[in-house]
Amino acid sequence: MPGIDSTFLALPYRRLGDVALARAADLGASHADFRFERIRSQRILVRDGSLQGAADADSVGFAVRVVHGGAWGFASGVVLTDDEARRVAETAVSVARVAAAMTTTAVELAPEPVYDDVTWVSSYEVDPFGVPTADKTAVLADWTVRLCRGAAVDHATASLLAVQENKYYADLAGTRTTQQRVRLQPGFEAMGGTSAVFDSMASIAPPVGRGWEYVVGGTPGTAWDWDAELDEVPDLLADKLKAPSVEAGRYDLVIHPSNLWLTIHESIGHATELDRALGYEANYAGTSFATPDQVGRLRYGSPVMHVTGDRTIEHGLATIGYDDDGVATQEWDIVRDGVLVGFQLDRPMAALMPELNGGRSNGCAYADSPGHIPIQRMANVSLQPAADGPSTEELVGRVERGLYVVGDKSWSIDMQRFNFQFTGQRFFRIVDGELAGQVRDVAYQATTTEFWGSMEAVGGPDTWRLGGAFNCGKAQPGQVAAVSHGSPTALFRDVRILNTTEEGGQ
Amino acid sequence: MSSPSPQDLVEHALAASTADDCLVIVRDTTSANLRWANNTLTTNGQMSRRTATVVSFVAAGDGVAAASTSGSATTADEIAEIARAADAAARTAEPAEDANPLVRDRTSADWDEPPVPTDITVYDTVAPALGEAFGRAGGAGRLLYGFVDHAVTTTYLGSTTGLRLRHAQPSGHFACTAKSADLATSAWVAAATNDFSDIDPLAYDEELARRLGWAERRVDLPAGRYDTILPPTALADLMIDTYWYAGARDAWEGQSVYSQRPTGTRIGQRITAPGVHLSSDPGRDGIACAPFAVVGASDSESSVFDNGLPLTRTDWIRDGELSALVQTRHTATMTQQPATPYVDNLVLEIDTGTGTIDDLVAGTERGLLLTSLWYIRVVDPQSLLLTGLTRDGVYLVENGEITGAVNNFRWNESPIDLLGRFTHASETTRSFSREWGADYFPRTATPALRVPDFNMSSVSQAM
Repeated sequence: MPGIDSTFLALPYRRLGDVALARAADLGASHADFRFERIRSQRILVRDGSLQGAADADSVGFAVRVVHGGAWGFASGVVLTDDEARRVAETAVSVARVAAAMTTTAVELAPEPVYDDVTWVSSYEVDPFGVPTADKTAVLADWTVRLCRGAAVDHATASLLAVQENKYYADLAGTRTTQQRVRLQPGFEAMGGTSAVFDSMASIAPPVGRGWEYVVGGTPGTAWDWDAELDEVPDLLADKLKAPSVEAGRYDLVIHPSNLWLTIHESIGHATELDRALGYEANYAGTSFATPDQVGRLRYGSPVMHVTGDRTIEHGLATIGYDDDGVATQEWDIVRDGVLVGFQLDRPMAALMPELNGGRSNGCAYADSPGHIPIQRMANVSLQPAADGPSTEELVGRVERGLYVVGDKSWSIDMQRFNFQFTGQRFFRIVDGELAGQVRDVAYQATTTEFWGSMEAVGGPDTWRLGGAFNCGKAQPGQVAAVSHGSPTALFRDVRILNTTEEGGQ
Repeated sequence: MSSPSPQDLVEHALAASTADDCLVIVRDTTSANLRWANNTLTTNGQMSRRTATVVSFVAAGDGVAAASTSGSATTADEIAEIARAADAAARTAEPAEDANPLVRDRTSADWDEPPVPTDITVYDTVAPALGEAFGRAGGAGRLLYGFVDHAVTTTYLGSTTGLRLRHAQPSGHFACTAKSADLATSAWVAAATNDFSDIDPLAYDEELARRLGWAERRVDLPAGRYDTILPPTALADLMIDTYWYAGARDAWEGQSVYSQRPTGTRIGQRITAPGVHLSSDPGRDGIACAPFAVVGASDSESSVFDNGLPLTRTDWIRDGELSALVQTRHTATMTQQPATPYVDNLVLEIDTGTGTIDDLVAGTERGLLLTSLWYIRVVDPQSLLLTGLTRDGVYLVENGEITGAVNNFRWNESPIDLLGRFTHASETTRSFSREWGADYFPRTATPALRVPDFNMSSVSQAM
């Protein structure tokens, strides 16, 4: 397994951290942390066999965050000199002084052990930045050419996003962590139609915390089966173009993890962020119907519902060793036997509500870049399978009249996480326990607790997949996070299905 | 040793590159923000960053290959390293399909000027007033949640073909949500601003108190089609999506509401009611934006070869007719249309638009007045069907008066359809998109619109 990139190790983060923390201590900060990050990213876009654009970005910077006079102060900079480290520390303290006048509740941090100079590296085999861009472009171009051979495919696009993130954290208590993680989002989409109908079909490969082996193979089990999907998508698109429009009404749904991960993200992941329940996001991302006073009482879903939060699962996008508060990451229950039992926390919130996790943070503080302040951010929130649970085929077999939902597409949920509407890549009719071809123009719409309450069964461990996204947005100023969600296939009874063409009044 | 200026960084990069041609974009951004919840400050910050993008161009076969590399750049060594990386990437890249002659010999009169800064002192009058608003709200049983952000980005674009272009772009906004003590009612106000001289937090707190007062009578209404007044912020949200999905290539290849399938666009066709005009204009007073194209990497809607192209007023919809789509010079050849690159502001004007949103309310017998829209996503790109929610106040209008507050709804609508079905419009004013204004698209001017049959698809219990 790769170690920390030597070009990161050569940067002066330790010295700058020492200088900044010393200055913050001199100025009377009760807490100070220094975070230095380098984020390398690459984006390659290919359309119909041709490179559209390739861009590399490498962002380096650092931030100092202090608690001074009971208030937060935050400042960041990009000039890597001792003077600048000192200046940024001073700015953070002066911002805290401005903030103190408007802070009516003093900041307190939940205690956490000290981790003195520890290192953590995510699990991957091939550094995507070590692979020539031309090689990566050639793979994507080949995908689009293969897709365009399909009779129904007029155009095809493919893209790759790759990120390597290095982070050094140090605080006045003595914790110092040096970390590295790698993530990859390859994808493609085929499009086609006639003068009457046009549609698209995208890959359902999830973004992952893996290296280039996810695309070209490495140790068995590390790669997505791109060949199988490239073979199947043109035919699936052809079938979708010929498919009838769905009849709106109520249906039983068997939902594949490639779709259900996003419903989990929106209706459970965001709903159990404690900062939302406390109102910190009331002006932007929103609040939550799930509040801490309902822990142990709120029936979130049916008794087969077991949801965990973690920042530890191998290849998870939110997985890391230590968060941006210097807290060691963990796994915990959020919903057990259908009942709300936990929240996602950072150190101030864990101190505010010690009843939630024994007074300790569960490691959900992070920022998306050196220039942004850490906030309470999402863990990998996952629906657990049933130990001896059924296969997808068995779940389909239990349905008389329903739909089998594969792949995510459109998503939207309200600001308290009640009412949501999702579409998908493909919807298959289920008739008397058998798949009976695709239908078009489908959206499912429900209220969170009603939907999870209608979950009759979750599939077994063989149906479980890790989905996820690179582009979860939250906070002001806006921050973007990558997060994974595991899910089995699951069966829901009597869900409202809309015909999107009728919704548009067409 | 003093740090090099952005202009020096541009010259260092151009000198360091050994590609056939080279283009450098240096962006200097400073920003300051305050965020509050429950009548107290929660987070804040003052940030600065300087990033550089180098685009290198190298002859490849019969064409030209291009590659972009970006990074934090504060020293001559750092930017030279970025230029070398861009050169190396371009030398191994395939010829670019969007290759065109680079723009030559244009210089901004203010090229030599330093970056325009901002810092936390931009809130010197707003911050104390906010503190006072927290006190007043707390005393009256209101909870305030909100955010102010101010950023100035100064962009320097230089090239081996003689471009030396500069633009300083301020962006800012004030937004505040108020809730009653029982959290059962919610109201919202916001405004875009360039410098905060026009922001009065105490006046906004009064407006929030007035709106919470409207909610003292609660009326539950079912899903259905309603005569609905959409405020300028909602039109800003909807028009930004209308614009973002107006790429010429996607339209040409059949993917969008602007497609004339199987191959072609609807340019020249009537797509909305007459008298509707959607345009962008870099010189528009109050929402001025860069008058030249700045492109870090090519995609379907933009081309690095177009960097420095002059941008002028572009009519996307003129008198109800689709008149242009977002075009690079590359897609312009494909579609046989003029090149009309992306411009960073958007204006919707309606010929019959008159008065304010209050006049629309006064003229409505029975309908709904919305505060804002939220979580808007495309459901069907081929019809531009969007879904989203109403947020922080749906008010019942009866006989021209506001008589209570209604539950929230999920809606499904296409903005193109709405522009064909509305019955009344107000005058166009500067607006702030709740969904996209803070981070992606701060410069809009839109009217309020009354739509007789807005599709509220289901009730949302959110408050």
